[in-house]
Amino acid sequence: MATKVKKMLFILSKATIENVYAAFVMANGARMEGIDADIFFTFFGLEAVQKKKLNNLHVATVGNPAMHIPTMIGGLPGMEALATKMMKKEMEKLDMPPVDEFLEILSDSGCGLWACKLAVDMFHLEEKDLIDDLDGILTIGDFYNKADIEGTQILFI
Amino acid sequence: MIKTFGQTQVEVNDEGYLNDFSQWTQEIGTEIAKEQEIDMTDKHWEVIDYIQDKYKNEEPLSIRGIKKSGVINIKEFYNLFPGGPLKKSTMIAGIPKPKSCI
Repeated sequence: MATKVKKMLFILSKATIENVYAAFVMANGARMEGIDADIFFTFFGLEAVQKKKLNNLHVATVGNPAMHIPTMIGGLPGMEALATKMMKKEMEKLDMPPVDEFLEILSDSGCGLWACKLAVDMFHLEEKDLIDDLDGILTIGDFYNKADIEGTQILFI
Repeated sequence: MIKTFGQTQVEVNDEGYLNDFSQWTQEIGTEIAKEQEIDMTDKHWEVIDYIQDKYKNEEPLSIRGIKKSGVINIKEFYNLFPGGPLKKSTMIAGIPKPKSCI
């Protein structure tokens, strides 16, 4: 393999669909290239591994100039849901899996899925609230320890 | 670039993928697999058959497609072709490397 990247560690701190998919696509892409990958879900990123929430993530319509929707309109009730529906339709056309299926693919591909202990405590979550494929709950220190080979990169999303 | 497998000469690109699928034979596939340190078994060939069918039907390959294929699950796929399963299996199958990001 020509690439010098041997391991990718992702820290996902947001729950908007575009950020979650960025992390998932990059992590899956790494595994497909034979690169190790782990994702650390922290703060709002934890929503992506909460059973009740993961299939209801939204795209941000406010404060996002690239949506080309005036901020005032983006804030109207139902706008986020509408924009999300449209985006999910486009993603389905490209054969992008929904969040739950994507997590399954990542787990089966050998990508580590880790929840941040501090965030789990802060949001008063328990293990049963989180997906069964989760590999564990870690401190940030534990996660740094996964950067154990030459060519590891850490990416904050 | 011309590459010789046993008695046969085939054209491959810089990464080692066959330029012309019609030149592919099972022997060539076995040789490419050896270079990738993969010993082909019946299960490997079953996956290669599936991949080649998709290619002949001009259907794009993706890891999600593998999951739905009914031929193999993702864990097995990674075990059979370690270090980049779709990349390696398409090379052995004699078809171009998939261009999709998923």
